[in-house]
This record gives sequence, structure tokens and C-alpha cells, in this order.
Amino acid sequence: MACEQSHSVAHAYLDGELDAVRAAEFEKHLAVCPDCAEAIASWDEVRSGIQRTGLREIAPARLKERVYADLHRDRQSGQQLRRVPYAAWLAAAAAIVLALIASAKFLPIRERSSAPPQLVAQLVDAHLRSLQPGHLMDVVSTDQHTVKPWFDGKLDFSPTVQDFADQGFPLQGGRLDVAGGRTVAALVYGRRKHIVSVFVWPTQESDAASQSGSDHGYQWTTWRKSGMQYCAVSDVNATDLQQLQSLIEQH
Amino acid sequence: MTSASVLTVPSVAGAAPDAAVTERFEQIVMPHVDSAFNLARWIVRNRDDAEDVAQEAMLRALRFFATYNGGDARAWLLQIVRNSSYTWLEKNRPADLAAEFDEHIHSSAAVAVPPNPESLAIAANDRVRLQRALETLPPKQREVIVLRELEGCSYKEIAAITEIPIGTVMSALSRARTQLQSALTTGATKEISRGV
Repeated sequence: MACEQSHSVAHAYLDGELDAVRAAEFEKHLAVCPDCAEAIASWDEVRSGIQRTGLREIAPARLKERVYADLHRDRQSGQQLRRVPYAAWLAAAAAIVLALIASAKFLPIRERSSAPPQLVAQLVDAHLRSLQPGHLMDVVSTDQHTVKPWFDGKLDFSPTVQDFADQGFPLQGGRLDVAGGRTVAALVYGRRKHIVSVFVWPTQESDAASQSGSDHGYQWTTWRKSGMQYCAVSDVNATDLQQLQSLIEQH
Repeated sequence: MTSASVLTVPSVAGAAPDAAVTERFEQIVMPHVDSAFNLARWIVRNRDDAEDVAQEAMLRALRFFATYNGGDARAWLLQIVRNSSYTWLEKNRPADLAAEFDEHIHSSAAVAVPPNPESLAIAANDRVRLQRALETLPPKQREVIVLRELEGCSYKEIAAITEIPIGTVMSALSRARTQLQSALTTGATKEISRGV
């Protein structure tokens, strides 16, 4: 097959995803390449089959009713995620969200709009999710020179990755998570028998000292330094988390 | 400890959304509930489970509605649905996810069977055959086909929803389609051997 590599281009052409120049180039190629012509013809056949047979399934009316009911009950009671019997951890996360919001009221001089509990809640949530079996890390390595390059091409920024094994926080690996609508890097550190997730993403805001909180045994600390926002989440004690923060800040 | 704001994403106050937030959510997000259900259905391969997953995802969407930045609401919602679906699979049917490791085996097999248009001809009543073929794909291949062919997503939207670089969408789709074609051509024999 002389043309194996351009099959993905053939698909992009079929999808109308090539720009005008590349589309014109491909059309020239298509005229002389039976391989690509056949790839296009055979996919076109499958595609029209998919269209004809109506594979798309629409939501049952009952689902819409359930969601509407949830929306309005939420508004009345402030309780969330009650109807999700199979996701106990979600319920736990929701409890933490509520607790974080409650505790936020007791922090001094804190503006309502300045410390969104949702984002912290998402990160606590992400940390909890990561503790489920097989979900902790996308790249498992104690070597910072393995973990850092792993992030290349998966993120639009390059997080600093440092192993702190000598200081009692061995690097264990990393993964991607989503928070605040964007993909963030999550570095995983060990601390005795505990796991610490350190979430990192770029920010335009100036540096800021840490802000912390805790609830239900989960500590969180978040700070900004050199254009990066950090948030560490763990069930270790607050002192440990601060120690890790200062290690990261020094490097 | 400081009182300075450290986090940079704006927030709506509280976990219990007020009437205005709920109303906005109903206007912006609710219209996409069919897409939410459809994606969940094809990832978890079951309508009943998809209903639960989609409901949970809608609730998560409401909770995180503050993070919606006014862009493509469907893509934003589908990203949440996708995450919820995979979380559900991990918990309830991890074997589905393990299938991914066979991907290279599948794709080399797929290359070895060059599909020809005649053998792929699909009659209008071949819904079941198509559905089965699609369901034999690993979920990460299935989802790109569902997003492209059933939801009509652009490559850019697919990249946003599945969190893969846009350049990778092109090759992922190409691979998934070849795989589906291969499943369609070998589908008949597979069904027989499975039934025994």
C-alpha cells in the first residue's frame, strides 16, 4: 500500500476538515491514487448506512423529567447528588463541597467572589477519583525526567516536575485532570502511606501566598507562583502539605 | 495564610444554585440532554445505565456551571458526560476499558483486511449489525465515531471533548473507522463464534 499514511488525510478530506490548500492538494492526489479513492468510497458507504439506520439515540422523556426534578429540588433544598446511588464518592465530594462553602464563611475578610469553592471542590473531587483502583496515574515513574516529558504535547504549558524523595515526598507519577474547564497537570507524590495530588496550571495573575482549608480529612492548599497556579490535595496533615509547598516553591 | 484571592476562576456563590442560575442552565445546557444521553449510551453500551450516567452528568454540570465560560455548551457538557461515563465504566465494567490494550492487535488486523465497498453495503434495516459492530470497538474508538457521525462534531469539538490534541483527532478517527469497517466485514463470523 503506497498510500497508507495519507488515509487519515483522506478522512479529514471527507469530513471537510482540510483547509482549501490541503484539500486541493489532496484532490490532485486522489485523482491518481486508487487506494485513497477506495478508502473514501468504502467509508462513505458506512457513513450513509449510519445516517440511514438512525443510530443516534435520544434521551427518554423520563430522563428529562428526572433532570428537571433534580434542578428544582436542588434549588429548594440545596442538597445535591442525592439520586446517584452508585456513586458514593460523589456524595462524599458533595459533602466536602458543602463543608468547604460552610467553612469559607468563617475565614476572615473573604470576599464571596474571591475564593470559588467549586474549583477547589473539583480538585478534591479529582483527587478522590484518582484514589479509585487503577486511576491514580497516567504515567507511573519516580523519575522526574520521565514524568515531565510525558506531559509534553498533552498540555499547552510545561509544568515543573521535581522529585522530593530525599525530603520525604517521593514522586510517583502524573496524570491529566480537568478543572475549571481546562486540562491541568496532576503530579502524584507519596507521603508515608498517603498520596498527595498537586494540580498545576498556568495563570495570568500575580503571585499569591497560600490559602488553605480542610474538611472530612482532606487538606487543600493553593497558591500562585511565577505564572502558575498550584493546588495540593491530600489526607496528610496541614504541616506536611505546607512542607511540600515550600519544597515546590524553592525549585 | 492570607485573605488574598488565590484562585482565578470566577464563581457563583454556593452549591445550591439560585433561580437565575437554574434558569440559565435550563436555557443553555438542557437543550443538549439528548447529546448527553447518546454519548453516554454509546460509551456504556446500555440505555438504562446511560440514563443514570447522563442524569449524574447533568447534575455535575449544574454544580460546575460556574466554570462554563460561554463557549460551546454542548462540547462543555459532553466533556463532563464523557468523564462520568468512564468513571462509571471503571467502577462497574472495568473489562470494557481493558479492551483498549488490544488496540494495536485490532488495528493491525484492520490493516490486513482492506474493506471493499460492496462487502460493506449496509441496508436500511441493518441497524443491529451496525450497532453490534460499533459496540465491538474499544470505547475510545467508539466515542470518536459517535461524536463525529452521530453528533456531527467538528474535529475541534472532538479534541475539546476527548481531551486529545486536534492533530490526533484525525488519526484517531481514521483508525476507528478502519476498525469499524473491519468489524463490519468480519461481523458475521464473530457473531457465530460468540454464540457457541
